[in-house]
Amino acid sequence: MTQLLRLATAGSVDDGKSTLVGRLLYDTKSVLADQLDAVERASANRGSAGPDLSLLVDGLRSEREQGITIDVAYRYFATPQRSFVLADTPGHVQYTRNTVTGASTAQLAILLVDARKGVVEQTRRHAAVLALLGVPRLVLAVNKIDLIGYDESVFALIAKEFTAHATALGYREDAIVTVPVSALVGDNVVDRSAHTPWYTGPTLLAHLETVPVDVDPHDAPFRFPVQYVIRPRTEEHPDYRGYAGQVAAGTVAEGDQVVVLPSGLRSTVTRIDTADGELTEAVAGRSVTLVLADDLDITRGDLISSVLDAPVPTDEIDATLCWLSEKPLNPGARLLVKHGTRTVQAIVTELVSVLDEQKLSSVDGPDQLRLNEIGRVRLHTAEPLPIDLYTASRRTGAFLVIDPTDGGTLAAGMVGAPLPVLHLDGETANDRALVSPGP
Amino acid sequence: MTLSLTETANLDALESEAIHIFREVAGEFDRPVILFSGGKDSTLLVHLALKAFWPAAVPFALLHVDTGHNFPEVIEFRDDIVARHGLRLEVAHVQDWIDDGRLTERPDGTRNPLQTVPLLDSIASHRFDAVFGGGRRDEERARAKERIFSLRNAFGQWEPRRQRPELWNLYNGRHKPGEHVRVFPLSNWTELDVWNYIARENIELPSIYYAHDRDVYLRDGMWLTHGPWGGPAAHETVLRRTIRYRTVGDGSCTGAVDSTASTVEEVIAEVAASRLTERGATRADDRLTEAAMEDRKKEGYF
Repeated sequence: MTQLLRLATAGSVDDGKSTLVGRLLYDTKSVLADQLDAVERASANRGSAGPDLSLLVDGLRSEREQGITIDVAYRYFATPQRSFVLADTPGHVQYTRNTVTGASTAQLAILLVDARKGVVEQTRRHAAVLALLGVPRLVLAVNKIDLIGYDESVFALIAKEFTAHATALGYREDAIVTVPVSALVGDNVVDRSAHTPWYTGPTLLAHLETVPVDVDPHDAPFRFPVQYVIRPRTEEHPDYRGYAGQVAAGTVAEGDQVVVLPSGLRSTVTRIDTADGELTEAVAGRSVTLVLADDLDITRGDLISSVLDAPVPTDEIDATLCWLSEKPLNPGARLLVKHGTRTVQAIVTELVSVLDEQKLSSVDGPDQLRLNEIGRVRLHTAEPLPIDLYTASRRTGAFLVIDPTDGGTLAAGMVGAPLPVLHLDGETANDRALVSPGP
Repeated sequence: MTLSLTETANLDALESEAIHIFREVAGEFDRPVILFSGGKDSTLLVHLALKAFWPAAVPFALLHVDTGHNFPEVIEFRDDIVARHGLRLEVAHVQDWIDDGRLTERPDGTRNPLQTVPLLDSIASHRFDAVFGGGRRDEERARAKERIFSLRNAFGQWEPRRQRPELWNLYNGRHKPGEHVRVFPLSNWTELDVWNYIARENIELPSIYYAHDRDVYLRDGMWLTHGPWGGPAAHETVLRRTIRYRTVGDGSCTGAVDSTASTVEEVIAEVAASRLTERGATRADDRLTEAAMEDRKKEGYF
């Protein structure tokens, strides 16, 4: 069982997210004396009474000047129970793309709301993005609980409204935990608050330390995008030919039958090499070099897969895009798609629908897909790609959409329709939608 | 030494992630280079690169921007690593830039800020398109916002608002001619991870990372030592103390810490108990202003 939890935070402006993250770092003693000195000096310069914990995490000068967070920041902290990698993502509408970034690798997300405002438009948007990206578990932190006099009924209403929204997005109720906190004074973040006797659940940190971590399923079908062909051509290794990559899903063992896609040629794994010696098997996440029994023409961009449940390469892709660029997407647009280690040209043949994440409905046939919009599209690719459904494999069901003119990343792409609300009439909702296939 | 299961799983995951990053760059770029100073983070980079391409050779050159203010032990170590693994090292001597007037020595004598121009000139003249650095996100607040693939414009500058979203482990290395990408395979490592891994893999480091006796003098709250960069001022007293270095940079602004940690296990115990970050404890250059690192990154520094 892994003891590393990758988590992301999301919230709207002024919910106190930087303060909450600062509080987690501070109360877990992850802040060292010189960092704290710097924050205390800077707080005094700004005329604050005590140390402003948000200054621990607001990294860029423009952020500190404006008192906002602009970019995803990564934080590392540990307790005796677990290590944490935290992607702290900003809440402004124009930075939704950062929430997508943080969510793409997260096993859990903390969503913040201000207890005085409750669930707002941005909360619903973030929850939809987290569900779309397949973040398996959510924590709703109802912050500034001190400012509503620790009122249980207000907290209960917010919890109820949020749970209704999240379950409509496909979350099971047991995947959502709601905690009343005050990041500023520290209630229920690390230490249990004396002001909320009515709250019987865990503190935020206690939950993070004990929540089950959804790891890459080792029993999923094996997927291995080839990154690089290793051919030393040295005296010691004159004929060595190995395929270097990271296991994207499943497990590979010596002697396994595999198929190379898109060619469809089959072979057997004769060795699983690492610089530290041979392995008998390698699980998802492990970087290894595979040696096959047959001399096949395999290059970067190919996918080595288990023979059973191998994907069928296709050049017609039904996908959901989270559009991250200020340039809108028009039907007929020519783009690049990066899937695994292969980048191919693609044309958008149809904009099928766009999600209204407030009403949780979709509108058919939009004329464009604009910044921060989530839409279902059809793509035609120049070469067939061995894709999986995103809900079956978070690694091999995902792709980047790249601008061929300037190389920028335009969209996060997911094969299929990971949200029930994006399903077309007559389709059955995929009940596995939010069972994480791992980061 | 014995690591817990948690630490072992954590180091395995970090190692696999770094190897994946090295291989992506090898697959997508024409002329990558590893910045290598002989310090612990860049030594770790070379170790991971050797693993990523084994049994073939590392398909990259190394580049060292040499301020001329190095500890001799570190330069000796650097050259030994290069020779032992049959690597190719390019050295850009800051002194050459000063000699021909492209750079001017600073009044305070520190040369760390002078590295940026030789670095960018070398990237341009060698047409390097991917530049590996040992930066970690736990080092400093501006670095916490850095991508693993960080696009730099034709002036080598970091533009925080132009950074691409980094999704899953799908890295986008596209760049225009003249632009390059800085790549940070150790982004998700902490100082303690680095030391635990050094212990696990028996990675050799320059001797100055371990406790030794040295003549030092106190300046700006740090123990500095004399060297090619100069020595104590008249009012500064030289003392013989048992110290070690937590970071290794330009000798004029890299301070030593009092330490008796002479083995890797003792260093790990010391790092785990430390109340100061490694940069806060030992780097005068990061103390200049609240946004010192951010400003230098924008200019094209790491």
